[in-house]
Amino acid sequence: MGVGWYGFSPHVHDLSFREMMFEAASRAYYDAGGMDPRKDVDTFISCQEDFWEGISISDEFAPDPIGGAMRPTMTVAGDGLQGVAHGVMQITSGLADVVVVESHAKPSDIITFSDVVKLSEDPIYVRSAKVPNIHFVAALDATKFLSRGKATRADLAEVVSKNKSAGLSSSKAPYAARIDKDYVLSQDYVLTPFTRLDIAQPVDAAIVVVLASETVARRFSDTPIWIHGIGFATDSSNLELATLGEARYMRLAAERAYLMAGVESPLKFRGIFVDDRYSHKELEHLEALGITDVVEKLREGYFHPGSYLPVNPKGGLLAKGYPLEASGLSLLLDAVEYMREGEESAIVGSWRGFFTFTGSVAVMSR
Amino acid sequence: MISVTVHPLKEEDLKRHPVVEDKPKARYSYTAGQALSVFLNGLKEGKILGRKCTKCGRIYVPPRMYCEDCFVPTSLWVEVKDEGVVMTAVASFISWTRERLDHPEIVGTIRLFPSTARDYVYPGLFHRICCSYEDVRNMTIFGKIVKARWKPREERTGSINDIECFEVV
Amino acid sequence: MRTNLRFRPVAVIGAGMTPFRRRMLDTPQELAWEASRRALDEAGLELRDVDCVVIGSAPDAFDGVHMKGEYLAHGAGGVRKPVSRVYVGGATGVMTAISAWYHVASGLCQKVLAVAEEKMSPGRPHPQSVFRYIWDPITEKPLNPNLIWIFAMEMHRYMNVNRVSKEDIALVSVKNKRNAKKNQYSQLGGDITVDDVLKSEVLVWPVQLLDVSPVSDGAAAMVLVSGDIARRYTDTPIWVEGVGWTLDNTSWPGRELAYPRYLENAARMAYKMAGIERPQKEIDVVEPYDPFDYKELHHLEGLLLAKKGEAPTLMREGFFDVDGEIPSSPSGGLLGVGNPIAAAGLMKTISIYWQLKGTAGGMQVKKSVHTGVAQAWGDLMQASTVIVMRN
Repeated sequence: MGVGWYGFSPHVHDLSFREMMFEAASRAYYDAGGMDPRKDVDTFISCQEDFWEGISISDEFAPDPIGGAMRPTMTVAGDGLQGVAHGVMQITSGLADVVVVESHAKPSDIITFSDVVKLSEDPIYVRSAKVPNIHFVAALDATKFLSRGKATRADLAEVVSKNKSAGLSSSKAPYAARIDKDYVLSQDYVLTPFTRLDIAQPVDAAIVVVLASETVARRFSDTPIWIHGIGFATDSSNLELATLGEARYMRLAAERAYLMAGVESPLKFRGIFVDDRYSHKELEHLEALGITDVVEKLREGYFHPGSYLPVNPKGGLLAKGYPLEASGLSLLLDAVEYMREGEESAIVGSWRGFFTFTGSVAVMSR
Repeated sequence: MISVTVHPLKEEDLKRHPVVEDKPKARYSYTAGQALSVFLNGLKEGKILGRKCTKCGRIYVPPRMYCEDCFVPTSLWVEVKDEGVVMTAVASFISWTRERLDHPEIVGTIRLFPSTARDYVYPGLFHRICCSYEDVRNMTIFGKIVKARWKPREERTGSINDIECFEVV
Repeated sequence: MRTNLRFRPVAVIGAGMTPFRRRMLDTPQELAWEASRRALDEAGLELRDVDCVVIGSAPDAFDGVHMKGEYLAHGAGGVRKPVSRVYVGGATGVMTAISAWYHVASGLCQKVLAVAEEKMSPGRPHPQSVFRYIWDPITEKPLNPNLIWIFAMEMHRYMNVNRVSKEDIALVSVKNKRNAKKNQYSQLGGDITVDDVLKSEVLVWPVQLLDVSPVSDGAAAMVLVSGDIARRYTDTPIWVEGVGWTLDNTSWPGRELAYPRYLENAARMAYKMAGIERPQKEIDVVEPYDPFDYKELHHLEGLLLAKKGEAPTLMREGFFDVDGEIPSSPSGGLLGVGNPIAAAGLMKTISIYWQLKGTAGGMQVKKSVHTGVAQAWGDLMQASTVIVMRN
């Protein structure tokens, strides 16, 4: 019903994360038709993880800046889109009519970013292996994906070029750039098959989304955006047992969301907003969303902005950077903007990044 | 009786099992933000600064840029007194790593002026209190008026530690 | 069962937990597995029957794993299923059950496994040091605080405002450790006296060693299903009838600590949903969160089971004993059973479930019980979660 954001800068140095949350929340309530969170909102959900914040029990800082003090406020330690799913459940269970979902990220506060990422590895044996590059699982995943024989390194470069260029039309894409496929191919490998450009960068941002039941939404707004289906799922969380080379979590999440929304084919949608923190992930996730022959479609230009089924027409995470747990909400934000510009419908697919195998899918329309 | 399939250990048992040690290298530089940056600079000057919500009149110390009750930006900087009333005080015989301390460290919360005893929320600080263990034990410190003891100006760094403690006036 | 037409009925049909101990050889995943398996066994379900998994765990820093929910998912049966982790500091345990409730009540899931786990022992030099990072990093952490400080400050304020003596508070510790003797999962059950508490090591005056719950490893799990199918699995489903939670502001040094207004708010939300108008008359058994002994008194007042400042008097009169009017912490609570944070909160919920089902064994209270309440508390003296169940 309403969305608000603040940041999307590699380093927001003048505001603390709490002040960013307040700015984002104020914008969201204004966007939702001048809502007063102290009166009109039933429950609040914040999505964050302790080690990203550098504060144990970071939940303590959630309520005040979003208007949730002395109200039912809780934290979902997961991606923002999982928070949205919890919000949807609180609404459909009859517990709440209006739910606010917030997520923020301030990776610029983390000095030892890759060490913090490593803390999410299994402490007993994966972490003991002391693999120096945190992208190694992504690279293994990408290699497996490429080895299936359809996509090539040039296709990954095409994804990078498409998304970075598309980001130029967005107001929140600090990493957007007009580059072509050959330029990407000319870069050195950081870790095969990735160049520096294939890997999205973290970004500071705070995002707030206001959800409402149908009756309330109609009262506050003439042009709400509807969530018809939502699903989330975790594949096996043990690295050595999880499926690499395909995104099974996304497939499972999509199955649930499609069932809830009664979706026949994702090709009937007007846009897809999917996690692309590594270039191959965009293709892998599209496949998991039930789109066949993704590589052929990419080569034909089927996914480019303005084409049959634009994928990440606002640039995706490659252009915007990924705001940690707010990544899902940042894709949702793009989808909302996209639909407000006149498109009918969109699918959002998010992922929590390595070392997790958890993804969420939302089916939305105007 | 339940069948015990989990395995409790005593401290000495730890030697019999392999232990994986890992020291998390998680370091952060927290952004103080608009409100706390000014607050910390104020401490350097020997002032306790707060933000006032002009809608409901509530004063926030430590300052916030927003009023949580009205959900509007707080719009006024105000200086509160470095004097207040002790709301609660405790004497700690353990350090933050749970080592035994010989001399107890006394800390508590202080309701800073201007405020009244009827306020549920008030400008307040959590800090050390310079008083004896006896004062804490028999609760005589409760309700006493205390004043900040500042570090000499040249030693202040813009930190909450620029106040050494609060002491009874 | 009172019919509440506004919500889909949700029933608890199984629960399980590991014993709580100071230190376990088992990994967090293994602990979670053990509790989940026992819960499924009691419910008569297999993992393939479960649609969704809800995980609860408090600070990641204890287990030393970032994104702990993802890590635990593997032990908690969260493989190829919707899995998410909820988190409200110490109040997480009951929140896990609440979240499982709305998973089912929303119609999105039919059978949900709620799992809470905490392994506090790996932290070095002491798990206590993790708590330094719960404070405001700019205005509080530079003072090198430890966790017991905040409890001590709240306790002393409570004692000062309500004129409560240390002796009265110690009675809670005595009662809970006594109750824990009957609990096969407990870590610290036993007979102690008020004198033992008053003579124990002073940690942070007024808090002494026996005022505090221990550091523990452990896990707990519960199975919740939709009302339509509950009777397929059991003749005695226990119904979740009310849920409530509230988070107060972060600025705890600037607010009155003698009374937990956030808990009153959460309790009123849950009571309203369950149709409870006179809590003291209608509630038969209660599990208030008791990481410290005074906390139980504090929470009984916040739960509106005693007037402000009157909980100590009622406690002294035996009102809250196992054979009293409203037995409080019949399981032995955190003081007796142990305090693996999130798991302890879910343990409280499970205790009420077993009481209502009549399968609490030695812990079963004397009077017949129909309405039970479990509660947990957390963050910087700001969060409370409340769940009301009936048989």
